[in-house]
Amino acid sequence: MQPGEQRDEVEMLSLMLLIRRFEERASQQYQAQKIGGFCHLYIGQEAVVTGALAAVRDDDYVITAYRDHAHALARGTSADACMAELFGKETGCSRGLGGSMHFFDRKNHMYGGHAIVGAHVPLAVGMAFAIKYRDEDRVTLCFFGDGAINQGSFHEALNLAALYKLPIVFICENNLFAMGTSVKRSTSLKQIIDRAEGYDIPGEIVDGMNFREVRDKVAEIVDSIRKEAHPAFLEVRTYRYRGHSMSDPASYRTKQELEKYRLDDPITRLRAQLTREGKLTNEQFDMLDKRAKETVLAAVKFAEKSPQMPVEEVYDYVYFNGAKE
Amino acid sequence: MREITYRQALNEALAEELERDPNVFLMGEEVAEYHGAYKVSQGLLERFGPRRIIDTPISENGFAGLGIGAAMVGLRPIIEFMTFSFSLVAFDQVVNNAPNMFLMSGGQFNIPITFRGPNGPAHQLAATHSHATENFYASVPGLKVCAPATPRDAKGLLKTAVRDDNPVLVLEAELLYSSKGMVEPPDEELLIPLGKADVKREGSDVSVICYAQTVPLALKVAAQLEEEDISAEIVDLRSIKPLDEKTIFDSVAKTHRVVIVEQDHPFCGVGAEICYRIQKNIFDALDAPILRVSQEDVPMPYNERLEKSVLPNADKLFAAVKQVCYA
Ligand SMILES: Cc1ncc(C[n+]2csc(CCOP(=O)(O)OP(=O)(O)O)c2C)c(N)n1
Repeated sequence: MQPGEQRDEVEMLSLMLLIRRFEERASQQYQAQKIGGFCHLYIGQEAVVTGALAAVRDDDYVITAYRDHAHALARGTSADACMAELFGKETGCSRGLGGSMHFFDRKNHMYGGHAIVGAHVPLAVGMAFAIKYRDEDRVTLCFFGDGAINQGSFHEALNLAALYKLPIVFICENNLFAMGTSVKRSTSLKQIIDRAEGYDIPGEIVDGMNFREVRDKVAEIVDSIRKEAHPAFLEVRTYRYRGHSMSDPASYRTKQELEKYRLDDPITRLRAQLTREGKLTNEQFDMLDKRAKETVLAAVKFAEKSPQMPVEEVYDYVYFNGAKE
Repeated sequence: MREITYRQALNEALAEELERDPNVFLMGEEVAEYHGAYKVSQGLLERFGPRRIIDTPISENGFAGLGIGAAMVGLRPIIEFMTFSFSLVAFDQVVNNAPNMFLMSGGQFNIPITFRGPNGPAHQLAATHSHATENFYASVPGLKVCAPATPRDAKGLLKTAVRDDNPVLVLEAELLYSSKGMVEPPDEELLIPLGKADVKREGSDVSVICYAQTVPLALKVAAQLEEEDISAEIVDLRSIKPLDEKTIFDSVAKTHRVVIVEQDHPFCGVGAEICYRIQKNIFDALDAPILRVSQEDVPMPYNERLEKSVLPNADKLFAAVKQVCYA
């Protein structure tokens, strides 16, 4: 996207559908044991990453934690490359070496996929430092969960970003739980946003189930950062519908709570907004959904028939010895 | 004796030590209400209450340090790392504070603390979640490190660790949590000393030295070797530091051939140290160079086939044994 341009909302809805259908399919393929290791799904949180990325340029930097499939898809990594990564195939975005928690895509400015809680927040600050160092007008978007805000690395990173006035938006995807621990049981503050105040970083709370609100808020902040570099913090309130990972039955929360959020579904919401405004018909929506499902099915096929990296080749990935052609 | 899982054995050890000593408490991520990410602390919150079974935020450096501080003033913390891969976030506390305090304070502050949790590769958890940390920690003066392979050893070593007046790391293994074995009944006190290896299988042709996840591997290979008329003695270290040299040397004196199978990396791995000690002390007993089977010197890939290829496995161990036996 070029400066001043607005992403088409129907396209963004279509992206949200792609993410949802991708995750549903990933869940099914995990159960069929085509996918191994840990697998964390993003279902319910789609408006956060799509909203935020609708407000930035393609050359801005994006980094997140391990619940990362959606961030790669939203950054433009193909469903094929994402699914192939889950299958551990050489055609995956990290060549099958990283897996679900470690999606990387340099070309699309997706800097991971990081599985140690809190560890990527300083990296994001480093990327923002490089932007300022080179006197560019990019921004870094750093996504993380509510669980990350109690790690030392998070605190150190926020202080550094504020101290050096770096162009970064810290986006806390507050889905109320870190595994089975609710924010109430992990954090001494009444609200997460107050963490930002402690470092003199401007912050706001955003409704993460509302695509437009996320997009507009991020757009406003990014606009300000591009004029004069500074950090900002958003606490985006959202909800994950599934368990923490595929093995978590999520018995620490009630059915009623889940239902409450499902009724506020981000896809349903944007769809309703667009329909009300006459920008989307039911037929069009069904078509988008059908297309998303087909893309994901094709991705599964692609992943299935893709090759695995030959065993000897993994040794080429220990040290970098100059670019391979 | 009755058959229980490794997980249950650890759970019993925790419960018995919590029962015995009111200064013992268990702290870590998801240990209380969730009963542990791997359910090792099942039922403990209900039995001992939230004063002693304590959930933490994701703050490894913080709660590891909290444990050390509490130990300085008389408590006996058990700190659970959800996995030892995450202990790296607390490396400063575990390596710089816990083991140094005693010497640094001129002997005023010993640190009776237990750090425990699963260690080593599990299955397709990729590079950040597959660390085998035993060689990092064993290289630090002042730390004790054990890595039990059976339910009985897990229970006995964990109980001993909690009673030890120094920092002890109990490196469990995710892939062993559901494995079963015979253990003394709960009313019989089971303490297994640190620094005592256990010959898990007697043999005469070759000593296979192993620990933790490599013990079942070695036992499996020993059965295969039997068919080739090679009699392997399986020496389970159980504790890496202190190291039971006597049991190792006795075995080597008998078999004259050694393969070490470890779950860490080859460079500066646990096996390198054992190798050094064997050649230094009983060089003349050796009939062949010592071989080591370890992980390959590669960060852990996610892909299943690649993961298998960089882990120690039965084929590699089998081949190494045949090589030292010139068979
Ligand atoms: C340093 C570290 N400690 C513990 C874990 C295990 N773990 C993985 S995810 C997670 C919960 C994180 O929750 P949150 O940050 O809120 O993100 P969400 O899962 O909600 O996306 C925990 C404890 C880890 N990966 N890294």
